[in-house]
This record gives sequence, C-alpha cells and structure tokens, in this order.
Amino acid sequence: MNTIAFTTAGQELAAALDPRFGRAANFLIYDTARKSTRIIENQQGRSAAQGAGIQAAETIVRAGVDTLVTGHCGPKAFKVLDAAGVKVFNCTAATVDEALHELLAGRLTAAENSDVEGHW
Amino acid sequence: MAAVSQNRSYRIAVASGKGGTGKTTVALNLAAMFGEPVQLADCDVEEPNDNLFLRCEQLTPHEVTMLVPEVDPQRCTGCGACGELCQFRGIVSLGSRALVFPELCHGCGGCALVCPTGAITERPHRIGIISTGQSGSIKLIEGRLEVGVSLVPPVIRGVRDQLQDELPAILDAPPGTSCPVVATLRECDYLLLVTDPTPFGLHDLKLAVALAKELGLPCGVVVNRAGEDLVGLHSYCQAENLPILLSLPDDRQIAEITSRGDLIAHALPEYGLMFAELAEKLKQELGAAGGRP
Repeated sequence: MNTIAFTTAGQELAAALDPRFGRAANFLIYDTARKSTRIIENQQGRSAAQGAGIQAAETIVRAGVDTLVTGHCGPKAFKVLDAAGVKVFNCTAATVDEALHELLAGRLTAAENSDVEGHW
Repeated sequence: MAAVSQNRSYRIAVASGKGGTGKTTVALNLAAMFGEPVQLADCDVEEPNDNLFLRCEQLTPHEVTMLVPEVDPQRCTGCGACGELCQFRGIVSLGSRALVFPELCHGCGGCALVCPTGAITERPHRIGIISTGQSGSIKLIEGRLEVGVSLVPPVIRGVRDQLQDELPAILDAPPGTSCPVVATLRECDYLLLVTDPTPFGLHDLKLAVALAKELGLPCGVVVNRAGEDLVGLHSYCQAENLPILLSLPDDRQIAEITSRGDLIAHALPEYGLMFAELAEKLKQELGAAGGRP
C-alpha cells in the first residue's frame, strides 16, 4: 500500500469522497511514503460513452496506483483493476481524509469482487 | 429508386422519427390488407412487438452472431497493442494478460490483426435472434436483440438478410433517425412516414424527411390521430411535395382493439378498406416513384 487513489469531486483531503468510480471527477492520489497528494482528472472516464469504469481503471493503473478507495466498483472496472493487481476498498466515509484514516487504521477490508452491477 | 432491381420485389419501410406515432399499427394493418403474400420485418429489435398481433403458431429461430476476440493466456505477453487499438474498451491489456469485454466489442477484428504473438482468435458471440413465422398471408421476420447488447444495426442487418427477394416486404422501423433506422432503410424502395399532428410529431417528421433526402428515398405520409391541424402539418407536406396517403382519425375504438392485440383492419371493415386503399396507393407510388422530397 504505497500509492492510494480516492474518488472525489474536489482537490484536497478535506473534499468529499465520491461514491462513484468510473464517472468520478477526479482521483486524489496519496503517496504514503512522502505523505503527499496529487490530483489526476478522470476526463476520459467521465466523457466515455461506454466503458467509463474500464477507462477509469486504466487511468488508475497507468498512474502507478496499487490501492483504490471508492464508494462502489462495478464488475468491468473490478476485472481490470484485479488483473493489474490493484486492491479495491469500498468505503462509506464522507471525506477523503476520513477514508484515508479508516484505511490506515485497518478498518477497511479489500473487496474480493465488484459490489454493484454495471451502470448502477 | 422505386421498383429498381429487376429481380427483387419492392420493400416499403414504415418509420416516424417520433416514437409512439403508430408505426407498428400501420405496418401490421398494411401487411394484413396488402392483397397478396407479403413479408413483415420487425426491425424494432430492442422491443419487437409485431408478433403480439400476428401470433404466429411456430417461430423458427436463427442466431445472429458477431466475432469477438478470445485470448490465449499462454501466448499473450501483455504488450498492450490490442488495448491501444481498441476505441471501445472491448479489449484491455495493462501489462497483464489481455481482458475481453464482449459487450463493448464492435467486432472489427483489429485486435487480432495487431497482436504480435497471434494470441487472439475470434469466436462468434450471440448478439440477437431472428425468428421467422407465418400468419395467414404474412411472413413475419422478427429481430430481437440479446439482453445487455447495445449493437442494434447488426441485428437489423440479420433481419434484412432473411428477406426473400421474390416477395414484397414491409419493414417496421424503430423510432428515431439514428443508426438503427438507417440500417432498416438501406435497400428499401419507399418510406412511409407515420406522424401525428403535434409539435413533436411535426418536428421529428422533418428530421425523418431530411434522412429520406439523404438516402434518396421517395416517401409518403400517414397522419395518425388526425384532428384539427394546429401545427401546419398539411402545409409542410405540401411544401415538401409529400403525399398524405392516409389519415387515421383519433378514434377510441382503434386504441381498444389494438390494446387487445387485434388488428383494426380485421375488426373494423371501414379501416380494413382504408388500409387496402393505402396498399393500392403505395403500389402506384412505387410504380411512379413520385413524392420524392
């Protein structure tokens, strides 16, 4: 767990955690070693006519992320993330900050499967 | 265009632009009163309903398939070439074995061509079912899209492939003016546009007429639920040189009979006569190739 991605519409740790993965506005990437954050826009995923989850998963994987924290993850996105070795954590926390604390405190368990149908 | 091909009988498409104008009602009743054996192609493959009215005793199914990639995990090196090529995320490869998403694949076969190790072979994937049956003088050809599939035009082409050249055909088109409708209108000789005298009906009729012009198809109009023309439908048709071949009144009996799954042409003789006349007019139009907008 070195590079963690959170789904959010905002830009910083205090921003709300977006329950959607494929159509989330941004991914906030947290580097646990440096304790630094950066933002990757989910431009392609949001504007995809179809396969938004797959596109978003590609963006995550290419950014070198090994852990994803989001509200829900559909089957296609999960398949891509799983194949690329990205661990997915479903979380109901209100903000990215809270989600990060829950994750680091070990209160979240890695998903073994997608938790929603496609297009939920 | 009309009666063009020497060795093929004519094909009449029933379309509308706007949904719910009565395409299926017109297509079915026209087929029932055609005066000769006719094929009825239900091209509204996302929700085919012609057979609710025809109730063919036996339907013979034919599969429509599309080739989708299959990856041999032994030969795939995860180079990513396939995923880079695919614009639809039908195949994704991110440093691991390529993953296939058949429901997103458009069947182009490009991934198999660019794969440097020959790890991809193409296998047929079912995207729909074409059912054929007979009801009186009507030969039904119904397309039905597989649940979860979004590729409509290949299934409509599958319907068209089942059409016999020697019999005339009526094609019941899906609503709208996009790809599924274009797929239905290909190789048709005449377009019957069903509309209603509402602002939406007229607006979408104009879109459908623009499409007909683009495809070089002659067309005529059926006005359904005809009443007072508050939107200038008649003057539009006149200006566009579109003949109004039939006006169906806003009659409660039509709704009642249709909701029972019966045909108004059979249940009410005056409507039977109107559709028989429509069939005659269409045959004349096809002979004269008039009404081209």
